[in-house]
Amino acid sequence: MSGRERARDQWYLLLPAVLLLGVAVVIPVARVILLSLSRVDLAEGATTFAGLDAYARLWGDSRWWSSWSNTLVFTGCSVAVELVAGVAFALLLHRTFRGRGWVRALVILPWALPTAVMALAWGWIFNDAFGVANDLLQRLGMIGAPVAWLGHPGTAMAALIVADIWKTTPFVTLVVLAGLQSISADVLEAARLDGLSAPQRFRRIVLPLLVPTLLVAVAFRVVQAYGSFDLIYVLTGGGPGGSTETVSLYAFQNVFRYLDFGYGSAVATQAALLLAIAAALAAALAGRKGGRA
Amino acid sequence: MSDLRGRELVKEFPGGVRALDGVSFEAPGRKILTLLGPSGCGKTTLLRVIAGLESPTSGSLDLDGLDLLGVPAGRRDVGFVFQNYALYPHLTVAGNLGLALEVRGMARGERERKIRETASILGLEALLARKPGQLSGGQQQRVALGRALVRQPRLYLLDEPLSNLDAVLRESMRFELKTLLRRVDATAIYVTHDQAEAMSLSDHLAVMRGGRILQYGTPSDVYRRPEQVFVATFVGSPGMTLWRVTRDGDGCRSGAARLPLAPPSTPAEDFLAGIRPEDVEVFASAAPGSFQATVEGAELMGARTLFTLRSGDALTRVLAAPDACAGRVWVRWPPGRVHWFDPATERRIDGAIGTEAR
Amino acid sequence: MRRALFALAIVAVLLWSVAPALWQALTALKPDEQITKIPTVYLPNPVTFEHVTALWERKPFGRYLLNSALVSAWATLLCLVCAAPAAAVLSRAPARWRNRALLGLLWVGLFPPILLLFPLYEGVRFLGWINQPAALIIPYAALHLPLAVWVLESAFRALPREIEEAGRLDGLRALDRVRRLHAPLAAPSVATAGLLVFIFCWNEFLLALTFLTRDGAKTVTAGIASVAGSSLYEIPWGQLSAATVCATLPLAILVLVFQRRIVSGLTRGAVKG
Repeated sequence: MSGRERARDQWYLLLPAVLLLGVAVVIPVARVILLSLSRVDLAEGATTFAGLDAYARLWGDSRWWSSWSNTLVFTGCSVAVELVAGVAFALLLHRTFRGRGWVRALVILPWALPTAVMALAWGWIFNDAFGVANDLLQRLGMIGAPVAWLGHPGTAMAALIVADIWKTTPFVTLVVLAGLQSISADVLEAARLDGLSAPQRFRRIVLPLLVPTLLVAVAFRVVQAYGSFDLIYVLTGGGPGGSTETVSLYAFQNVFRYLDFGYGSAVATQAALLLAIAAALAAALAGRKGGRA
Repeated sequence: MSDLRGRELVKEFPGGVRALDGVSFEAPGRKILTLLGPSGCGKTTLLRVIAGLESPTSGSLDLDGLDLLGVPAGRRDVGFVFQNYALYPHLTVAGNLGLALEVRGMARGERERKIRETASILGLEALLARKPGQLSGGQQQRVALGRALVRQPRLYLLDEPLSNLDAVLRESMRFELKTLLRRVDATAIYVTHDQAEAMSLSDHLAVMRGGRILQYGTPSDVYRRPEQVFVATFVGSPGMTLWRVTRDGDGCRSGAARLPLAPPSTPAEDFLAGIRPEDVEVFASAAPGSFQATVEGAELMGARTLFTLRSGDALTRVLAAPDACAGRVWVRWPPGRVHWFDPATERRIDGAIGTEAR
Repeated sequence: MRRALFALAIVAVLLWSVAPALWQALTALKPDEQITKIPTVYLPNPVTFEHVTALWERKPFGRYLLNSALVSAWATLLCLVCAAPAAAVLSRAPARWRNRALLGLLWVGLFPPILLLFPLYEGVRFLGWINQPAALIIPYAALHLPLAVWVLESAFRALPREIEEAGRLDGLRALDRVRRLHAPLAAPSVATAGLLVFIFCWNEFLLALTFLTRDGAKTVTAGIASVAGSSLYEIPWGQLSAATVCATLPLAILVLVFQRRIVSGLTRGAVKG
């Protein structure tokens, strides 16, 4: 078969995927960017080019800034805790013990269940009057009176973070588990024979060797948490008073409630852009560090 | 002095697998003891028990009279060389060599001195700043050795350290390793399945199978006087020819072939008779005590050729000069070099044994 | 002692993982008075199925489940059909192109989904696909394409080249080879990819919420939102819990049955990154 035939065949094979992505991802993204640069007048049914007006407006929009800071707080706290918890869980699951398969299955359950649905479950858990969170904490003597979790800004964010941690720690756990499994048992035995105690082995052998894996987990999780919608929409709806409104929610409100399509698109685009810039910076940093070492 | 002594060591794994089935041995100080056997015979398990990586189900182990089993793995003062080297991938060669010293709280200056010393013994000075991923197999192997060496332990445990090297490198490293161990005056226990390696390296040899030690002695003893059929066939290459024979008058018979060879004077009628290819004698015409055979095959092995000679349904293998055999020949198994075994117990029968000096 | 602590840790982790779902199940089976009792009643006594029956009467929950299953199944199929050939091409491509493509796909997969919502909505409305399964099937297949390609590509790469060459010499065209050689030989990975995509499709909320407005057309995730109503105050918690359980039970069973496959698929994809 000639090289040209082979190349043609390859393009045929790639076509469905390219088409699918083109239609459902690339074109929409292009459209959203275009919209962010436009003004949509519903009354007249006209869309006019507005340049960077929306972005200028964003700059002065305090609600944008607060939604962005909420997003950062949510992302930062969630990922930080998930990282520690994920490593801890992975270390536990790394040992072989009877019934490990079942335990692992149950540990990934939170991740496999629909976020939106489980958000409702968490809403019930954090219910101020009848919620089991309050009951347990009171029984344990950690709080005196029931807390209106979803009614106060700080506690609402805390509730969100707890729910998010519950949902996505399994993912981190699995990634770290894979990383642990790639560390040869021999190396740990050599360390043991060299006289390192268990904590020393963890600190000096396991952890350094886990760093690449951890970076992957962090990268994935940061991007996912940043774009989080389901959990927040269902559990707090962005409230109380917008204290848990993230950029995804703000964009959604602008488009579907205020029907301000151009502005909503700008919110979404700007948020994505900022993420992309951060990711590119991180990648460059990682690349340089890796290269030097 | 570093004498290591193990008594009745048993290691049973969950599921009932007995990796060690009552092993007793002695590793005299400053000598190299090799544990030789096929895979699954328990040699690596024994090594790991000595290192402290596994605990025996029962039995005792002591070093210079002090019980070793009560001491945790990191404190036994053993240097372990893993088959796959198990180098710390994220540390440089210097880091790999120095970790154990650092953990012991050795001062940096002294540590670096020791690292440099060890590196120069093994020819690693130029590689100290590299990481294991940047080293060749042979270099990695030397770092693994160095990691054990740098601590100057009482005991060296080596788990098939040469098996991952290619054949040529393996042979040169074999000699280097022996020289090195002699130089540091070490007590070493060496595990391998390669009998040539075992024969050339060891002061003492323990042939293992099925979790037990079948025979213990110097390589020469084990080679000249195998106590069991398994040892006889496992040690020595090319392998021994074994015939199942029945007493026949003042000789014995294997199928149609008659061997003018007197079996040991015991009441038994059936025996296993074995002879090493290099001990068989071949003649162009009939000689006293010889019998006929036809040449069936010849494999050139460098200076000599391995001939396969057929007599009836039995084959004898002979290692001789390349032009020694052609067509029909006369074969003799010199009585002094024949090994006799009991077919039922597979143990050596002492009748005529190979005691002649070679 | 060590072992006891370890067992305790495992139990704690297990409890943490199942507690919220378990609590929903318990709530769903409690009579109303016990749900709103203070201090909290933990175990239902007696167990009642009234919420479940009320839920199914009030809302076409069976319909929701069916819609979810259909949409997820078709989306998974479409996704795999598009991903497999692409993965086959990538698996034999020179490393530079392959890595770039995979990395590019990764970026696509990680976009904040909110970015796509409105344009897709416009398109769906333009095509008259509101409340049609197609509105979800196509975007779902596209959104999860990167994941499927990642899983399939590594599996295909592990297949010996000789088999493809034999197929080519036997006259099989490229697409045929994917269908008859790659897919069957890497069947476990195909199943893994399919499983993961199916789960993600089932769980999707944003698009389902936006594109499906008619009750009979809703998937389970969108339907749940309607059970909840607009505010969290006048909610029939018993029914809501019943709804949660019904919505998550199929998935829970799926995960428990296929856990090994799911774990290996996820970890392989993650380690690659």
